Amino acid sequence: MLMSIGLVLLTAAGCYFVSDYIGYRSVAFILMLIVSLAAILFDIVPVLLAALLSALVWNFFFIPPRFTFHIGSAEDGFLFLMYFIIALINAVLTGRIKKAEQLIREKEEKAKTVKLYNTLLNSLSHELRTPIATIVGAADTLLTDKSALSTENRKELTENISIAALRLHQQVENLLSMSRLESGFIQLRKDWCDINELIYAVLNRLEQPLKNHPVTVSIAENLPLYKLDYGLMEQVLYNLLYNASLYTPEFAPVTISVTDAADKVFSLEQNAPSVLKSENHSLRLVVEDRGPGFPEGEIEKVFDKFYRIHHSRTGGTGLGLSIVKGFVEAHNGTILLENIPHGSRFTIKIPAETSYINNLKNE
Amino acid sequence: MNNATVLVIDDEIQIRRLLEITLESNQYRVSSAATAREGLRMAASHPPDLVILDLGLPDENGHTVLQKLREWYTRPVLILSAQSSEEDIVKALDNGANDYLVKPFRNGELLARIRSALRSNTNDESSSVLIIGELEIDLSARTVKKNNVAIKLTGTEYKLLSLFVQQEGKVLTHQYVLREVWGPGYISQSQYLRVFIAQLRKKIETDPNRPTYIHTESGVGYRFALQE
Repeated sequence: MLMSIGLVLLTAAGCYFVSDYIGYRSVAFILMLIVSLAAILFDIVPVLLAALLSALVWNFFFIPPRFTFHIGSAEDGFLFLMYFIIALINAVLTGRIKKAEQLIREKEEKAKTVKLYNTLLNSLSHELRTPIATIVGAADTLLTDKSALSTENRKELTENISIAALRLHQQVENLLSMSRLESGFIQLRKDWCDINELIYAVLNRLEQPLKNHPVTVSIAENLPLYKLDYGLMEQVLYNLLYNASLYTPEFAPVTISVTDAADKVFSLEQNAPSVLKSENHSLRLVVEDRGPGFPEGEIEKVFDKFYRIHHSRTGGTGLGLSIVKGFVEAHNGTILLENIPHGSRFTIKIPAETSYINNLKNE
Repeated sequence: MNNATVLVIDDEIQIRRLLEITLESNQYRVSSAATAREGLRMAASHPPDLVILDLGLPDENGHTVLQKLREWYTRPVLILSAQSSEEDIVKALDNGANDYLVKPFRNGELLARIRSALRSNTNDESSSVLIIGELEIDLSARTVKKNNVAIKLTGTEYKLLSLFVQQEGKVLTHQYVLREVWGPGYISQSQYLRVFIAQLRKKIETDPNRPTYIHTESGVGYRFALQE
């Protein structure tokens, strides 16, 4: 508002000094130009104001007799009227264009949401309906069985129900985690974590899916305890390793390595020997697999909600990695995915409080 | 232990039937109640060997039911919960629950928890020597043997182990263990607990990374139970 007024007044003042050379009618064009400029930059109200103000300023300071609102000739009166109308049309039209642009933007936003929603529905309806269909179908067959089923078939149907129910459970858990993230208030329950314990707890839970993958764990010696949310970190590691078990060929090795990344912070006082002020510790967790890697163009997208690598096998909702990213970021950490020769590598870095207690052996 | 009696308090008919069928086919005698009122009344009239209590009952908050039950009932209480909120579980354990299972649970897991809760209940309290798997703990001589070989434990390690074995099968929360072993001033110092659990596992477990005695209950605490 103030800017548009200032712009008009400043231009008018400039014109005031040269109006003797260029004539007061040229001044009208210059002012009109400024109003048009204002129309590009500002909203409708400041532009209308600029139009009104510039018309009055032109009349008062430039149209003879000067320093009156009186207009000497009929020709000048006509010019003034035209100036006023054109300036107003200018302002109103620009306003309309801006409104139209905003509508288009809103529409695009909406289309994006609808598209995301459709992706969600497609992915969900498939990933939820398949196990439900298995359960309903198998249960029906078992119920209406007039002892036509062989013991083997009966056993297989029962096993299918069990597998489908577990799969359904996994999908629901993922959706619950996602909605926890989406709701925006994940409250971290930070406590001291023994990373070794965490890793093996997850590996023991994944014994079955990883049974054909040799897993190597390397944990830096004297790794401190970190203050993290144990439950969330468990899920981060679980999802990464479960992904590796799903999408890498049998017998492809998986490596987990953990180190402490300490950024030393020195005091910046001059003329003093640099003093170690504090160390900011981060947990650095790397998971590598010997799988096909990720298509180069899709690396950026794998952490997106519901994103699935093209032509990938079914079994996921496309939520696992976005949950990983969400939980890492809830800890103010970062996750990086890169392809390495014959595989891929996830690098997680999480800044955290640490504790070194090594001198308790004799207590 | 055959023919132990179990009282199931859960408002979902399907879960009640599932538990009845599963437990009866494993030689337990089962009675069940759909509300807190009925459950408390049944527990009082025929005290069961173990109570399975769902935390989400329609007529009363599960934590309150547990507290009321614990005013007189000393045998094991196993909590069922549809919410996996760690706070909720810790609260139930602090109110005297022995163990918990989050829905959905596997039958094998349920039966293992019931067995271990009932076993701890039958530990002969007059005897000072406990034998659990390959471990032999003599509480009066303060010695520990594994496969008849003496294990040297530090004072704190021994305190920790004896706390665990005396409450075999029960989930002990971090805070509880810290208070019992280190004292009330240490209940937020969980880093000590982490370090000593790791040390103790190295001494008593065959593979410390795949513990068969001291099990981690994510975000909640630890449970000492011989995993068959």
